[in-house]
Amino acid sequence: MTALSRIHPVTLLLGLAGLTVLAIWFSLDTGSAPITVADALRDPGTSEARILWQLRLPRALSAFVTGALLGLAGALMQVLLRNPLADPYVLGVSGGASVGALLALLLGASGFWVPCWAFSGALFSMLLVFSLAHGRGSWDTTRLLLTGVVLASGWGALISLLLAISPAARIQGMLFWLMGDLSYAQLPAVGGVVLALVAVTALRFSSALNLMRSGALHAASLGVPVTRMRLIIYISASLATAVAVTQAGNIGFIGLLAPHMLRLGGGRDYRVLVPGVMLLGGTLLLLADALARSVIAPRQLPAGVLTALIGIPLFLFLLYRSRTTPHG
Amino acid sequence: MVDTGSAAPTLLRCIGVDTDVADVSVTRALQLDIQGGQCWCILGRNGSGKTTLLHTLAGLRPPTAGRIELDGRPLETQQRRRIAQQVGVLFQNQDDAFPATVLETVLEGRHPHLHSWQWEGASDHALASQALSQLGLSGFEDRDIQTLSGGERQRVAIATVLTQQPRLLLLDEPTNHLDLHHQLSVLETLLALCREQRRAIVMVLHDVNLAARFADHLLLLLGGGKVRLGETKQIMKTAVLEQLYGHSLVRVTTPTGPAWLPG
Repeated sequence: MTALSRIHPVTLLLGLAGLTVLAIWFSLDTGSAPITVADALRDPGTSEARILWQLRLPRALSAFVTGALLGLAGALMQVLLRNPLADPYVLGVSGGASVGALLALLLGASGFWVPCWAFSGALFSMLLVFSLAHGRGSWDTTRLLLTGVVLASGWGALISLLLAISPAARIQGMLFWLMGDLSYAQLPAVGGVVLALVAVTALRFSSALNLMRSGALHAASLGVPVTRMRLIIYISASLATAVAVTQAGNIGFIGLLAPHMLRLGGGRDYRVLVPGVMLLGGTLLLLADALARSVIAPRQLPAGVLTALIGIPLFLFLLYRSRTTPHG
Repeated sequence: MVDTGSAAPTLLRCIGVDTDVADVSVTRALQLDIQGGQCWCILGRNGSGKTTLLHTLAGLRPPTAGRIELDGRPLETQQRRRIAQQVGVLFQNQDDAFPATVLETVLEGRHPHLHSWQWEGASDHALASQALSQLGLSGFEDRDIQTLSGGERQRVAIATVLTQQPRLLLLDEPTNHLDLHHQLSVLETLLALCREQRRAIVMVLHDVNLAARFADHLLLLLGGGKVRLGETKQIMKTAVLEQLYGHSLVRVTTPTGPAWLPG
């Protein structure tokens, strides 16, 4: 295949928006109580309708916002590291955020301070990936992934340590949260604000992001203030990852799946990719969560298990293909 | 040694510029005036700092000492976007980590001329297709840059610089990967820009015969910070080239002018 698909950006984004609406509808209709959106709209006073509006809707919105944040974080990290395999989970950034959040929980912090700790963990983890994975000259995929894997397992060990010294009563909740779970989801107020903030920033700089794909010097020669850009992307990606992790724990591969699917569908330009990746990332997690609630109902799976089951084969396929496609 | 014969205003001026890379001294107290309509060629041995000097002229790395002015204003005080509206750079290598079409890549040249929320318009597309056709790439618009051959990718990169419409083009080995026909046609296209639109070119070449044929000014990096610069017809002498490359040369006369063969 030598020609790339060229779908009109408006068509692509409208299609994705339509898909998002359908996914929200599907998610609201799915659950152990036999209630659908149509019933709840016809009869808003019933207790089943309240289940839909007060339990399922916040959960669906939370899933959407988390997925959108993860998709965006992935797309931003891919530019920053100039590697389409970058993903907050694969590179251990989610792990860093998890350790931060768990540490905060263990020390008795709550509310606003948990995402702050998660943010510090994510920033620190990104900094480590950066300084360690930067070989001579450009980013080397092997080095990058190796750094990510080692970091992620390091964070994993720290998480085990934190769990081992945590009071028994808390462990069940912590474990479920770590696996990537949305069952305690509330209306995603903080997540929504952060998503809006990061989205506006990413959109504002989206054409510069296009240039950063081809390297810092190339971008600088075309007028991008590279140092400032890098800092902005770095902070935005860390913030998005940290908030996503605080909302729903460790959910992997959305940041890899969403940008990749969009690029295949013709959304290569970051001016299209940024809004697209939010819609698609959100939709993917909505669907994963709806499936996680229904496949072995009434028991629930953590949504992170499903995204990993879909994401890992794709990741391996991409890695395989990056070896076989001609470069340069 | 500065050419003051022409009345054209100076586009880029170096005042006492020292440049270094690693432990190599590239220039010492370089005085250089580049004017619209001039075509400069930088010649030097491997590792003499040709690329470093080019990047310094582009403002992509600071000089060790001295000052570089673009349109009479110091380069380091100007915004990158403002510089990019005037100066285009062709790099030695293109490294494509992501898929993109040829058209998308060439349109990136319009970035410094667009606002952050603005999309490319009809005039930008017209410039892109003009550049593509000048480089013999019409019909390549939807091709993935990751599937192009080395020479095709190089021509896409040159088309991107042309689409940028800079007044000063800094080109690091523009003939890299190009076959004989394309080496000549690309340099002829560039020279025509120089002559007809009064744009200035500074390029790094390894082929002295192409330099003799296309450049009107030369800048020789002799090592140890020593530089020799001036008009091609005054500088391009067998003895000078032999000193530059440390290799004996034979001058032959051809219908298109003098040429040098390794002796």
